[in-house]
Amino acid sequence: MADAGMLRFHVPEPEVRPGGTPDFSNVTIPKAGSVPRPEIDVDPRTIRDMAFSIIRVLNRAGEAVGPWAGLLTDEELLEGLRHMVTLRTFDARMQMAQRQGKTSFYMQHLGEEAVSCAFRKALAPGDMNFPTYRQAGLLIADGYPMVTMMNQIYSNEADPLKGRQLPIMYSSKEHGFFSISGNLATQYIQAVGWAMASAISNDSRIAAAWIGDGSTAESDFHSALVFASTYKAPVILNVVNNQWAISTFQGIARGGSGTFAARGLGFGIPALRVDGNDYLAVHAVAKWAAERARANLGPTLVEYVTYRTGAHSSSDDPSAYRPKAESDAWPLGDPVIRLKNHLIHRQVWSEDRHTQAEAEILETVIAAQKEAEGHGTLHAGGKPSTRDMFEGLYEEMPPHLRRQRQQAGV
Amino acid sequence: MPRKTMIEAIRDGLDVSMGRDNKVIVYGEDVGFFGGVFRATQGLQAKYGRSRCFDAPINESGIVGSAIGMAAYGLKPCVEIQFADYMYPAYDQLTQEAARLRYRSNGDFTCPIVVRMPTGGGIFGGQTHSQSPEALFTHVSGLKTVVPSNPHDAKGLLIAAIEDPDPVIFLEPKRLYNGPFDGHHDRPVTPWSKHELGEVADGHYTIPLGKAAIRRQGSAVTVLAYGTMVYVAQAAAAETGIDAEVIDLRTLLPLDLDTIVASVKKTGRCVVVHEATLTSGFGAELVSLVQENCFYHLEAPVARVAGWDTPYPHAQEWDYFPGPARVGRALIETLDA
Repeated sequence: MADAGMLRFHVPEPEVRPGGTPDFSNVTIPKAGSVPRPEIDVDPRTIRDMAFSIIRVLNRAGEAVGPWAGLLTDEELLEGLRHMVTLRTFDARMQMAQRQGKTSFYMQHLGEEAVSCAFRKALAPGDMNFPTYRQAGLLIADGYPMVTMMNQIYSNEADPLKGRQLPIMYSSKEHGFFSISGNLATQYIQAVGWAMASAISNDSRIAAAWIGDGSTAESDFHSALVFASTYKAPVILNVVNNQWAISTFQGIARGGSGTFAARGLGFGIPALRVDGNDYLAVHAVAKWAAERARANLGPTLVEYVTYRTGAHSSSDDPSAYRPKAESDAWPLGDPVIRLKNHLIHRQVWSEDRHTQAEAEILETVIAAQKEAEGHGTLHAGGKPSTRDMFEGLYEEMPPHLRRQRQQAGV
Repeated sequence: MPRKTMIEAIRDGLDVSMGRDNKVIVYGEDVGFFGGVFRATQGLQAKYGRSRCFDAPINESGIVGSAIGMAAYGLKPCVEIQFADYMYPAYDQLTQEAARLRYRSNGDFTCPIVVRMPTGGGIFGGQTHSQSPEALFTHVSGLKTVVPSNPHDAKGLLIAAIEDPDPVIFLEPKRLYNGPFDGHHDRPVTPWSKHELGEVADGHYTIPLGKAAIRRQGSAVTVLAYGTMVYVAQAAAAETGIDAEVIDLRTLLPLDLDTIVASVKKTGRCVVVHEATLTSGFGAELVSLVQENCFYHLEAPVARVAGWDTPYPHAQEWDYFPGPARVGRALIETLDA
């Protein structure tokens, strides 16, 4: 019977708030290896259930199981572990540098390292990512110099962006990393446009769009899905669901759709959910989506189910809106520990070697930091010139800006 | 020399650009098979194929957002927003993305896009088919804003805009598509075929962005205008018998300040005219610049004639539109001051 009483306004609430006991019993976690791997030319209508499941490769025993396993060699997996530990170490050092006043702002990846690190290895040279602020693993895993990243974070004299952008809003065309705007969702439709251009040009390169769970509510997300669907653009539409958009739990953006992946279904876009803390699963699903795109089969929507263990940014305090121990209760574990255990299980790694590797990586990161700080930090040492502020807005500086630059005395 | 309507000239400009450079891509709502609601892209899909000219979903932020991605890839998209009034969903993409991509990436990525949009009223289009939002673009660092006033300029400026390495907003005064409308809505408009600025050379030519044109030489007062108001101002000068110098700005940003300053220093008086609403309109910027640069040459306060600060009405269109009578009164008052 329908309830025909007074209308009631509905506002979704997370299961638990600070002071409560973390509870993820509502998150259904399928067994590793249980989700089938369809052919890339599968009829999207026949795999709609994949938008409500979770593709997983690594099980609790550290084994890689099921149809999505077996794509990566020992060497590739060891490299992946190194990338994730590097990103985590880099984050810790830069977070600390922010606390020391060496920069204004920082955003870390804690708990989400597998998503961007593993994804990068599924792409080919020349492919283009349109990232958000939490995919620096794309750069680390592609060998972009850490010193250059730090120079940008410090807005120092060697900052490739001349001090014009907030920390971590990197740009590197050479490394397939589109300039981060700092706005939310705008890059999603731009990625689709880039992919359309590649198809128009009969190229073989593909694009990857990135967005967080909260920003899927933006209209640009829906614009991107319409264009990607209409023109069958060679693009991978990534949604990183880390459960929290600053203080707003994912239910506010998701509404009644069940999952973010399910957003793709109405557009006829194949939609997959994957364990975002499972390096092997992320890589395998990204590879599948990339093959589809390159084979003119069009876009794929991928939801990475993960958890933002750290604060949203250096300006955020999660203890004000979620239980402190919630990350410990997250049922998909920690991506670094899971890959480490898998490599130990494969007998190519050990706890000792891991501890040693962590120390070596820390040393490398500290060395990079020292070098970067030699070029200055936000408030000390070398910095971009006032002249840099006026330049590079247009290819040729228009007269009014020349006058203003003169007025500023530079 | 062949004479063309402004629509034919714009189509010619697109055709020439697409023919010379296969990186030029044209799309927008109804732009493909049908050729656009004003027919500016008619025949281009048939000539260049569906990959170069195609229909877009009704989604302006999607049209501009995808164009930014295409430009980052290396193409040169020239997209159409069906009416300037429809651009607001794309405003975020234009102001925070297209305008700043070169700057924020220090040239790692650039955004050579052109966004064409019919602007202005005079066709009984009501609130949502009549607006003149140019000041919303000139206020944004990183964009260029162009407003042609005739077929010859429209083609040359459009080709220059497409070849420009930065994002250009190309506002087409839709009341000028068929002829040099001077605000006398009760009289038939002279067709472009009878006007010398309807002469459009074949093939490739450009008119540089940032160069104004003096449409009427005069010594008594300078009128700064663009788009439809260029003809309204000329009509006002003729009907009042005032020897006004009418400057057609053609490009609002970059602005040809030198031509403006030279003229006002000569005449000592200035009237600024636009169809857009008065408050915080582009005219306010022009008045400031004139005052900063010509203060000791001015014989009278600089006057502004603009659309009233209301939404563009439907039935009261001609009460709203700053026609030759209102501009004429401003000329007389400026001379009497």
